[in-house]
Amino acid sequence: MAAEFETVIGLEVHLELQTKSKIFCACPNRFGEAPNSNVCPVCLGLPGSLPVLNGKVIELSLRAALALNCEVPPYSKFDRKNYFYPDLPKAYQISQYDFPLARNGHLDLYSESRLIRRVQIERLHIEEDAGKLLHGEDGAASLVDYNRSGVPLVEIVTAPDLRSPEEARLFLELLRRTLLYTGVSDCKMEEGSLRCDANISLRPGGEKALGSKVELKNMNSFRSVQKGLEYEAIRQKSVLRESGSISSETRRYDESRGITLEMRGKEEEHDYRYFPEPDLPPLIIEGSRLKEIGESLPELPTERGLRLAREYEIPPSQAEVITASRGLADFYEEAVGHFNRPRLVANWLTSDVQSLVKEWDKEDPMPFTAFRLAELLRLVEDGAISTRMAKEVLKESFDGGESPGEIVRRKGLAQLSDEKELASIAEKVLQEHQGAAKDFLSGNKKSLSFLVGQVMKHTGGKANPQMVSKLLQERLKKT
Amino acid sequence: MELYQLTACEAGRALQKKEASAAELVAASLDRMALVESTINGFISLREERELFREAEKIQKLLDNGRQLSPLAGIPMALKDNLCTRDLPTTCGSKMLADYRPPYDAHVVDLLKGAHAIMIGKSNMDEFAMGSSTENSYFKPTLNPWDIERVPGGSSGGSAALVAAGEVFFAIGSDTGGSVRQPASLCGVVGLKPTYGLVSRYGLIAFASSLDQVGPLTRDVRDCAAVLDVIAGCDPRDSTSADRQKEHYSSYLGKEVKGFRVAFPSEQLGLGIEQYYKEVFLEGVGKLGRLGVEVEEISMPVYNYALPAYYIICPAEASSNLARYDGVQYGFRSGGEQDLLELYFKNRTEAFGPEVKRRIMLGTYALSAGYYDAYYLQASRVRTAVKQQLERIFEKYDFVVTPTSPTSAFKLGEKVDDPLTMYLNDIFTTLANLAGVPAISIPCGLANGLPVGLQLIGRHFDEGRMFQLCCALEEELGMKGVRPDIRTALEREDA
Ligand SMILES: [Zn+2]
Repeated sequence: MAAEFETVIGLEVHLELQTKSKIFCACPNRFGEAPNSNVCPVCLGLPGSLPVLNGKVIELSLRAALALNCEVPPYSKFDRKNYFYPDLPKAYQISQYDFPLARNGHLDLYSESRLIRRVQIERLHIEEDAGKLLHGEDGAASLVDYNRSGVPLVEIVTAPDLRSPEEARLFLELLRRTLLYTGVSDCKMEEGSLRCDANISLRPGGEKALGSKVELKNMNSFRSVQKGLEYEAIRQKSVLRESGSISSETRRYDESRGITLEMRGKEEEHDYRYFPEPDLPPLIIEGSRLKEIGESLPELPTERGLRLAREYEIPPSQAEVITASRGLADFYEEAVGHFNRPRLVANWLTSDVQSLVKEWDKEDPMPFTAFRLAELLRLVEDGAISTRMAKEVLKESFDGGESPGEIVRRKGLAQLSDEKELASIAEKVLQEHQGAAKDFLSGNKKSLSFLVGQVMKHTGGKANPQMVSKLLQERLKKT
Repeated sequence: MELYQLTACEAGRALQKKEASAAELVAASLDRMALVESTINGFISLREERELFREAEKIQKLLDNGRQLSPLAGIPMALKDNLCTRDLPTTCGSKMLADYRPPYDAHVVDLLKGAHAIMIGKSNMDEFAMGSSTENSYFKPTLNPWDIERVPGGSSGGSAALVAAGEVFFAIGSDTGGSVRQPASLCGVVGLKPTYGLVSRYGLIAFASSLDQVGPLTRDVRDCAAVLDVIAGCDPRDSTSADRQKEHYSSYLGKEVKGFRVAFPSEQLGLGIEQYYKEVFLEGVGKLGRLGVEVEEISMPVYNYALPAYYIICPAEASSNLARYDGVQYGFRSGGEQDLLELYFKNRTEAFGPEVKRRIMLGTYALSAGYYDAYYLQASRVRTAVKQQLERIFEKYDFVVTPTSPTSAFKLGEKVDDPLTMYLNDIFTTLANLAGVPAISIPCGLANGLPVGLQLIGRHFDEGRMFQLCCALEEELGMKGVRPDIRTALEREDA
């Protein structure tokens, strides 16, 4: 039986490109500087100024387009999107309308190595960002900061292929991961370098035609994308159940109250009066350039996750964690290259190493390398240190930058694995604790742990516990 | 002959030969200005005299030290007030920008400074270059030196009148649909609209970006070539600037023109052109034949569509280009607004003149949802057809010859309340802007004591040969050195 209602979601994602300078002028593209410090006649839209396209913007946009499996036609052009707002100094935004840079792409959403949804990318186009309006606390004055004016953006529009708010969030996370791999943007939702609006509609289960959609704005985190859509789906469901109809409108998500509110109705929609931007020549993309950029793309997270799970026989969920960032995945494969125990490396990487990485909030590069992880794990495997010690060494190596071997040597942490020495200590412990020995022989297995613990105590924790256990049992059996 | 009557190149030669000093040239300009400017009203703003003489002295020193400078070095000139200058306000002839001072110089200003031309001031124009009479200036109308009851044409009317009146040796204008050529024609000077992309638009306040082009207004063809030699060239700050080898236009002058082929769309002369005016023009065309140029009558039906297409595309682009004038960052601020919408309404309603408002509304309408296909898109198709038809003509002919404007200078107030009649002034000129090709207007003769302009339209980047032909034709027409007698005009006014 079909569900009562099916949720249909499409996303519109804006991405700030990681370029040194803005899209049409030489001003630095930097976040968080003093208001109106990175501006010039071009990005202020002063009379007589003209845009000159930053070549890096095209390169990064093409990387994004190819990573999303888009078609890139040889011809595209820029258009003006006209509207009045004080943060838009020219009163038009240079964007792309009927000939976007790329179209007809897709991104596959997997879970546990299983394809759960192919999401079509309808289009990807280039545009410039607007400035930022700052409202005074007393409400009497508004100020404009044009630092962001002219920051390069790509807009990515998906088909209405997503079927639940959770799926929308998962897709957005995948999109972010994929774009991070290509190095086109830092994709920080909190800083606004990745922004997401959503179109959401409901339709009766089994129905093909789409219902009237609501455009949802102001979702400032991955979580709020899901929460906002969840609220909106419930709201629409209750309206439809009461045989009401959904009006096509734009709503905003109020995060603090967890609800969506009407922003503007359909009749208030702008007529943007798009027309070709006469100040910029059309954009001609050569096939050879596309080929070059395609070849320079790294293996993308979905493919890489699937390959890691297959090639190293690790659980798909773990492969997903490892491929969450390109750096982590590179780290993993490098470590496995040095120490060929893929599952062990994966376990360490997804637990102990990852939690340290998460805590690492410094600007400097991480001092802990894949080679050092391999070195550490080899010390464990060779029995030179215990797993417990290894965790401490890991932390110390991470914090201080010393190699695991050096730490073990300097601190004399190396495990006591000398059989003769351990045997004599074991003998001594058995003499001291004859009661416990007797208990063990009468079937109380717990006494063995007690005896092992005593040996550890005698050696200051340095004894190799497996070896101690083995020696104790040998001796107990002889008696 | 007095200094102020020389052409720019003659004045330049006088400097080189030490027959005159740079200070004397500045003084000649200022003296002439003192005599006629209060009547002509060609300037919106002027630089301080001290500053001008200081600059002249510096240039004189360079010359005295034997430095090889450009032929324009030390020559007093004027800039249309839609070219951005750091040194003077740039008003665009509008209340909106009456106090606006740009923080940078336009590319052509950089080039002219580099050539040591002496900018005397900024010349009057129709508000935002919209008009054919300079009556749409917020500040004042400029008068025609040939008859001060008449307009100088527009929108570069200030530039044309100043050159004709002898206040400056040359001037720079801008041409979107005839705004250099038509006032040149009405004031009896030479005016060129270069090929789109030949002169950088960086710092030219946009009117219709795909049509705008900066061009010289001069006393003869040689000066025109000399100015283009300075201002043409690729500018990386203008993405529509053509990336091509710099040419030396002056070197084309004096070369043989026999065998050039010129097309003459004679049936276009039926369009409301006064008989006496037509005769002077036809005489000019006849003189082409005497130079050994082959003139053939052709049919050019596309002329009938060019003007309507122009009056869609041009306002459409203008409506977008002028949307930025909202008083938020700079420009006129009415004050007292209660909200954002009122801020826009008040500033734009109070600071734009009627012609600017008319074009903004026309353009906004043409781009609106539901009308775009019928207007803007259709006009773009016509534009393509214009280009193609012109290309076919240029397969066979080197140039097309037409009158520059359908009439000689008309009286102040005669057409200002009738926009459609005013728009017909552009009937021969918009074609070149739509196609992006170069076109020049040269004085062809006088009709009832008023100048008649002859226009040549050429192939893309064919300015060199255009000068070559015009230079020869100019000799033949005998209009060189024929100047308006402003004194008579003034006396007539006194009487
Ligand atoms: Zn800038």
